[in-house]
Order: sequence, then structure tokens, then C-alpha cells
Amino acid sequence: MTNNNSAAIEVVDLVTHYGPREILHGINLTINEGEIMIIMGGSGSGKSTLLRYLLGLGVPTSGSINLLGKDITKISNTEMHQLRQNMGVAFQGGALLSSMSIGENVQLPLREHTRLDEKTMEIMARMKLEVVNLGGFEKLMPAELSGGMIKRAAVARAIVMDPKLMFFDEPSAGLDPVVSAELDELILNLRDAMKMTIVVVTHELESAFKIADRITVLDQGNILMTDTVENIKNSDNERIQSLLNRRPSNEEVKADEYLNRLTGM
Amino acid sequence: MPETATHPLTNSLELLGRSTVKLIEEAGYYSALLAESLFWILVGPFIKRPVRIPSIFSQMMTMGIAACPIVFVLSFSIGVMLAIQMIYNLKTFGAESQVVVGVALSVTREFGPLITGILIAGRTGSSLAAKIGTMQVNQEIDALRVMGINPVRYLVAPSLFAMMIMLPVLTFFSDMAALLGGAVYTSIEIGLSFDAYADRTLSALAVVDVMQGIFKSLIFALIITLVGVSNGFSVTGGAEGVGKATTRSVVLSISYIVIADMIFTYFLNL
Repeated sequence: MTNNNSAAIEVVDLVTHYGPREILHGINLTINEGEIMIIMGGSGSGKSTLLRYLLGLGVPTSGSINLLGKDITKISNTEMHQLRQNMGVAFQGGALLSSMSIGENVQLPLREHTRLDEKTMEIMARMKLEVVNLGGFEKLMPAELSGGMIKRAAVARAIVMDPKLMFFDEPSAGLDPVVSAELDELILNLRDAMKMTIVVVTHELESAFKIADRITVLDQGNILMTDTVENIKNSDNERIQSLLNRRPSNEEVKADEYLNRLTGM
Repeated sequence: MPETATHPLTNSLELLGRSTVKLIEEAGYYSALLAESLFWILVGPFIKRPVRIPSIFSQMMTMGIAACPIVFVLSFSIGVMLAIQMIYNLKTFGAESQVVVGVALSVTREFGPLITGILIAGRTGSSLAAKIGTMQVNQEIDALRVMGINPVRYLVAPSLFAMMIMLPVLTFFSDMAALLGGAVYTSIEIGLSFDAYADRTLSALAVVDVMQGIFKSLIFALIITLVGVSNGFSVTGGAEGVGKATTRSVVLSISYIVIADMIFTYFLNL
């Protein structure tokens, strides 16, 4: 871990709504430079919503989100545009533009934000594809790649501008254990070699425990705990233990009661 | 708890109110999309974020050049159909030779822009809605945003620019194809030569007749693009949502085109 305890991301009292429904109820979270923070939680816990707001894809009801010292709820569009050049995101399904080849996808941020010539952009894209073990695949279209390859190509596109902040949304979802382990290694390498601050939203426990410096557990729009892997594992919080041990939090339900619930009797 | 009685009139009023609010919301969204697109087209180059020229040319090819064969076939058929109807009706007064004036004015002022508009709404409007809708479902729009690429600049502005150029061009092409259709049928039916047909058409038409159709096509271009992209951006619910948005886009575009045509025809002929 290369954590130097200076905050790269700071969320203060974040409250968000979806229509009339409050989703996040006052989130406070600090993520240090160079650390891998895992955001975990069950379905509907608010982890994907939190990620959307960290990415500046929504306007919160209240609270502030500081990325690299800038409050993205207050900065101008121009400042946000500049800040985005320091952010990389690997979406759950890759989100590669289907009308472009892999190489063109990886070149896209360079094309938009730099004045590099075609040849240099091609070389840079090829280098980043080699980082994710996709060297030689730049001419293929996204539809011609497997799920794991698409995710790796999405990582190549996300890191092509050498961002300081990197976000992953469910990187292991839908992948076999070997490919998933390769992606975990890649995330660790990005932190160690490129000194990135990395936020990973996931519910894959094995992957989370392997790569996390710290873990934040979300439940029903609240943070239950933010701590190291060991402390999370040893937590006596019932909801956290339910999540870690993959068991429902409710007491055991007898067969008769269950049938009654189903039939409404 | 006593049940709340709902009067049918109350329900109808509520429905009318909701529909009106939705219509105003949509009109506002179209206006915002148009304003933002124009901003990127006009101001983008000065803030070093221009609309990409290759993207505009690519859209012009897809929307315009690729549509030429089908526009020709339909417009030619419309020209033949108009000539058939007009010769049949004019025969009653023994004035078949006046078919040239009728076809020329009907085509340039009304049928050319209308048929082209409806055809492009079905062909390109639906394609825009489906493309942007699929990108929305696959988080490609979110990916553009987080890469610092404004989706309106990247997707909407080039489409709008290309459509505003290509629909008038296609309309003019459609006028020519329909006039050709009229000429072919007229020469067969009443033996009028192509030269004579062309001469009479040129003397019957004023520049304003052609420009009226071209002006309408600019309005139709706005309608097709804005309805298509706004339906694409509002897609939710996966592949089914994309299908619904595509259908809605075509139905709305064609409806708005026909209504706009009626309004403009009235005001342009006062």
C-alpha cells in the first residue's frame, strides 16, 4: 500500500434522492491518495448510486464531494472538464463505444483532450492495451471480444490519460475466477506502478479482500463501517457479518410461516 | 376509510393536465437540446471543443447519400401518381395539358418536402433514437460524460448539422425525381415531350415555390433530429426500452411533421 494519508476523495454529509425517495442518508467518507477503497454492500444498499455521484453524474440534494481538492458540487463546467482528465472509469459492462474499434476507443480521450498526432495516439493506445494484455487487439470491434477482454479494454481506455483517480464498477461481475483474478492483479498493479487512487464498487468478497486497503460497507444508504480488511472481517456488526457470511439477516423462517407468507394467509 | 369517488370528468381533466405538462416538458427539452447543439456548433470552435467535421461528413453520408435510392423511388412514384390523378381529373374539363403546372406546384411546395421528411423520419429518426438509446442502456453515454466528452456535442450536434444540410438537399432531389416521374407518365399518356414538359415546368414555377419546400424541410430536419435524440436519451429498461423509444420517435416525428406542414402551408400561402 502506498497510502500517504492525504485525502484524494472526501465526501461530506452526502444526501441524494431518486424522485421523492432518499437514497443516500448523509454519507461521510475519506479516501486517501494511493489507496484502494472497496465499496461493498448488498443490492439496493446505495453503492452504485454513491459511485454515480462520485463520478459527477448526478447533482446531490446536499453535501459535498471533493475530488483532488475540488468540490464537484460547486465547480464550473470548465473546471469539471479539466478534472475529468484526471479520472478514469471502468464500467460494469465496459461501455466501449460499439461503433469504434478497440484501438479507436482507447484513443478517444486522447483525441478529445490532447493535440497529439495520429501516430503518437496510436502508439499510446497500443501501449495501454499491452498493459492490460490486449496488445495486437486494437483493430477488433467490441462485439468480437469476450466479457473479460472488454473489461480490460475499458481499463485501457480509462488509464490512457494516466488519471490520478480510477473507479471500477463491479469489475469481477460475470467473469470466471481466472479472469477475475487477472483483473484483481491489474488493479493492484495500477495502484503500485501508477500510484493511482482506486475506488472499486463490488460485492465479490474474495476479490475485495484480496485488493482492498480499506473497505466501506454500505447498507440502506448508510455507511455501516469503513476500516481495514481485518477489522471488517472481525466486526461484530450483525449486518456486516450477514454480508460477509452470505446469509440473510432475518431469523430462520419455518416452512409453515414461509408458505403462509407466500399465500398471504 | 371511505372510498374517494372519482368523476369521469375529473379523470379526463387530470389526464388532459398531465398530457399538457408532459408536452410542455418535451418542448422544453427539445429547445434545450437545440440551444446546446447550436452552442457547440457556433461557439465550440472558439473554446477549442469543436464539433468534429469527420463525424458530420459521416452522418451526411448515412443520412443523405445512402437515402438517395429510396428517396428517388418514392418521389418518382409520387410524381407518376400525381400525374395519373391530375390527368384523370383535368380530362373532365379537357385541360390535360395543365397537368404540368399541377404536378410542378404540388411537388415543390408540398409533396417533395413532406414525403422526404416522412421517409427520413422513419429511416434516420428511428436510427438516431435506437443508436442513442442503445448507448444509454450500455452506459456509453455515461462513459462519454466521465471522459469529459459532452454527449450533445459528440452525438447530437453533428447529427443536427448533417440533417440541416442533407434534408433540404434530399428534398430538392425528391422534387427532381417526382417531376421526372410526372414527365415520364405525361409523355406516355398525352404524348408531351420531355423538352416541352421541362419548359412548361420552368415557366410555371417561381423560385419561391421551391424555396417554400426547402424552408419546410429545414423545420422537418429540426423535428426529426430533436425527437430522435431526445427519445434516445430518455431510454430506460434495456432492449425493450430501446424498441419503445424507436417506435415513439417515428410516430411523434411523423405526427409533428404533418402538423408543422399544415401550419406552415397555411401561413406561407396567406
